Amino acid sequence: MSLADHHRPRLLRGVRVKRDRVRGVDVLLAPERVLRLDPVGCAILAETDGERSFADIVAALAARFDAPPARIAADARTFLQTLIDRRIAEAR
Amino acid sequence: MTETALAPSAASRPAPPPPLAMLAELTHRCPLACPYCSNPLELTRKAAELDTTQWTEIFAQAAELGVLQLHLSGGEPLSRRDLEPLVRAARAVDLYVNLITSGIGLTERRLDALEAAGLDHVQLSLQGVDADSADEIGGYRGGFVRKMQAARWLAARGIPLTLNAVMHRRNLDRLEATIALAVEMGARRLEVATVQFHGWASLNRAALMPTRAQSERAAAVVREARARLKGVLAIDYVPADHHADFPKACMGGWGSTGLNVTPDGTVLPCHAAQTLPGLRFERAPATPLGRIWCDSPAFQAYRGTDWMQAPCRTCERKTKDFGGCRCQAMAMTGDPAATDPVCIRSPHREALTARAERDAGGTAALVYREGCG
Ligand code: SF4
Ligand code: SF4
Repeated sequence: MSLADHHRPRLLRGVRVKRDRVRGVDVLLAPERVLRLDPVGCAILAETDGERSFADIVAALAARFDAPPARIAADARTFLQTLIDRRIAEAR
Repeated sequence: MTETALAPSAASRPAPPPPLAMLAELTHRCPLACPYCSNPLELTRKAAELDTTQWTEIFAQAAELGVLQLHLSGGEPLSRRDLEPLVRAARAVDLYVNLITSGIGLTERRLDALEAAGLDHVQLSLQGVDADSADEIGGYRGGFVRKMQAARWLAARGIPLTLNAVMHRRNLDRLEATIALAVEMGARRLEVATVQFHGWASLNRAALMPTRAQSERAAAVVREARARLKGVLAIDYVPADHHADFPKACMGGWGSTGLNVTPDGTVLPCHAAQTLPGLRFERAPATPLGRIWCDSPAFQAYRGTDWMQAPCRTCERKTKDFGGCRCQAMAMTGDPAATDPVCIRSPHREALTARAERDAGGTAALVYREGCG
């Protein structure tokens, strides 16, 4: 399934984001996966709550980072689509 | 997002990067008797198992060291009456808790308690796609039916599920059915792992070694299924070693990303490390996990690349695969520091292939894992 603007993405159950205090980074923990999150990934996931649509997420991030929405949309789409394809997130 | 970016690229004494994952073999007891069981031939008895307090202490030490994911394994972890408090203890120190189980011994009441304790994920082992073949491999009548019941309970609660299918000559031709079953069970992930010939599997080479034709077909089946099931089922595939050109980085490199703790607290760099000569392994929690990880000679023995011989020493892949599996090198060449014989640059590769092909044409009966009380 590919992520459309009206979809409301969310992390699946069994997936958690946490601060890794030992390494001083943010990580996403999923079944058999540990992904290190950069600040952009963190910001995207902070907006990804299953309530907001992908379009809302992009708008919020574009405002927050004062960046062109098209670029934010491309980055966020790639990132979230990868998580969806790997069954870490879903879009409804 | 960089996957496994937390894994180190090479050894760095004196302070190695911390491990990401810990496998806790809570017990070697198991109602099943799989002929490929990765437990050692010499099983630890119940009387020697660590108790709840000792495991709780180890989980705390692991979290402090930097472990993020905990795999509760066995044997069958459900054989431990204290599994629920152990899950709670691991979550209390913020570990990601994965339960690796055959599903035998699970009841709805236990599952509710495990869920309430904060269990993150379940990995269910699959011995076959129907009762006859599954129960024959598991050596346990009725096992398949109980496993399918367990899968339905998991699905009803929405607990994330990975199905772990160990593949070998007897079931590799039913890979499509295995994939279909994973979808039917509502699994999110499927691990298709070709049997590794350590532990009890080393007694079953001639009974279980897949043929080259089977492996090649399996790779094609996985490729097709991955594309078709994108976003439905994630599939990890571990092909047979000797059908590849280069070895896998065993455990992501010795002493680099993970560690195993046996039922009596012995801390190992990999589950078969006790088959290597000259290494002395220490026990947690009496010796703290962090000290073992950083300072124990056994963890330093094959960490990084300094220990390597030719051809690994000068090879451009040495920080990718770390020379492969030490236990396989030992088993096939008698030298634990040799290049993994799976590597096409190893002088033993031809012999390895020849032996695997001979085993693949074999007809031996299954040798089952023994029980342990
Ligand atoms: S491989 Fe089979 S016998 Fe070994 S612990 Fe797992 S279920 Fe039990
Ligand atoms: S020679 Fe050693 S380092 Fe190079 S590919 Fe083979 S096993 Fe890996």
